[in-house]
Amino acid sequence: MTDRTLGLGHAGSVVSAICGRGMRRIGARPTLIMPVLLMPLIFVISFTGAFGSLTRVEGYGTDNVFNWMAVYAALQGAVFAGVGGASATADDLENGFFDRLLLTPGSRVPILVGTVAYSALRSMIPTTGVLFVSALGGLSLAGGPLALLTVYVATCGMAAVFCLVGLTVVYRFRTMRSMILVQVFGFSSMFLSTGQVPIHFMNGWLHSVARVNPITNVLRFSRQGFLGDITWSMTWPGLVALGGMGLVSGALSLRQLKRLAA
Amino acid sequence: MRLDSPTGLRLASAQTLALTRRSVVSEWRQLGNVLPGLVFPLLLAAVYTHQFERVILLPGFPAVDSFLDFVLPASLLQSVSFGATEAGTELARDIENGFFDRLRASPCARLPLLMGRLGGAMAVAAAKGVLIVMIFLMFGAEIAGGPAATVVVVAAAVLIVLAIGGLGQVLAILTGNQEAVNATFPLVFTSIFMSSAFFPTTLMSGWFRQVAEANPVTWIIDPIRRLILEGWSWSDVGQALGVPLVLSVITVTMAVVALDRRLGAT
Repeated sequence: MTDRTLGLGHAGSVVSAICGRGMRRIGARPTLIMPVLLMPLIFVISFTGAFGSLTRVEGYGTDNVFNWMAVYAALQGAVFAGVGGASATADDLENGFFDRLLLTPGSRVPILVGTVAYSALRSMIPTTGVLFVSALGGLSLAGGPLALLTVYVATCGMAAVFCLVGLTVVYRFRTMRSMILVQVFGFSSMFLSTGQVPIHFMNGWLHSVARVNPITNVLRFSRQGFLGDITWSMTWPGLVALGGMGLVSGALSLRQLKRLAA
Repeated sequence: MRLDSPTGLRLASAQTLALTRRSVVSEWRQLGNVLPGLVFPLLLAAVYTHQFERVILLPGFPAVDSFLDFVLPASLLQSVSFGATEAGTELARDIENGFFDRLRASPCARLPLLMGRLGGAMAVAAAKGVLIVMIFLMFGAEIAGGPAATVVVVAAAVLIVLAIGGLGQVLAILTGNQEAVNATFPLVFTSIFMSSAFFPTTLMSGWFRQVAEANPVTWIIDPIRRLILEGWSWSDVGQALGVPLVLSVITVTMAVVALDRRLGAT
């Protein structure tokens, strides 16, 4: 049986089955809900609470810290969702389920796509939670309802990217323990951006790094609707950043999956 | 095995030591896993020092030359908390792969099953604590309390690992699942953020300030910070060591109770 005979329909059903299994897994293990939903909520609360006085510093850009931090917390949640998707694969690798998946006929790509789709889907849970809590805190929709769409696009994209990064690591090391590397990478990438303060607050090497960090563009893209109008000039760099990160991490994870399956 | 007899206690100590050694050797063999606990807090300290330079000028912020001095306790706490959650994750792994069952089948007391992993985490935490403090000093941080305060700061960090590790082990015993225990890492991370670790509570407002002031992490961070910024004080030493010690007793007791229940149920 070849990939061609199995066709796109089969690939679609594999993607759907893996994605559905992941979502059912969350329901079956309530402890897994914590990083998915609670953590981003705690992030938005703790960042706005701890760093609320930043708005008193001249040039911060908004008088309500939720307008700045909500998107950052949502994207952190998306990174968690992505890493969580890869963690599920690590669990499958350790308990042998993944070997059984590899024995099934057909392309390996739907296995990867299914996991990424699951991560993107589960990222919508924390994003919704963060936006709800931020709305209670006075989040401004200066850019109208489109502002919400940009956040969902950005968080789904970031979850997909960090799922792919996690899969690259987990296909290589095959352990749950290796996921901490991805968690740290995710956190670090977010911290080395304009997550908490505008770029002109930074100095030295941090300013240079944040300027070239693609996540800064994703943040600008998804935050613009809470600070003012949505413009194309702030939108396209974010979309390009997401696309670029997706392409690179996708290629790397696919390469590791092929090695694993060989 | 009875722990209330001298022979039983000696055997339990030997078993704890053997399991601690196994834990340390395991960490040593996978040194790459220790690195995130060093790199990430240092990175965060570097980032915050460069992005919060304007913040230290705000009225109400403690008098510091640089944000680096202010953030040292937070970085230390973050660094050791990485290893602390590992104690729980490793226990969950032992449960998942059956090693724990083999230990249970052996004539080993119950407490060493837990203390072995925690002992390993504490040893690694001590090493990481010393390294973090040295790196901060290299980059210009100053500890006003001198070398004695430095020892207290590292000792407090080690006790914090015992407290967090005990909590991780409770989850490991209850769930027997590494992924679930891994979920405690963000929780610990956030409890550090919801404290005075990165910002003084005097600059917070509303209910968040009340939560931060009631957070045990604040009770540990504040005396450590005073030892660093202001100098030696016996009351600060007592608080910096006493609070994590009490928390450790609580979480390790919870882990022992959870273990007793698990073993009683099977």
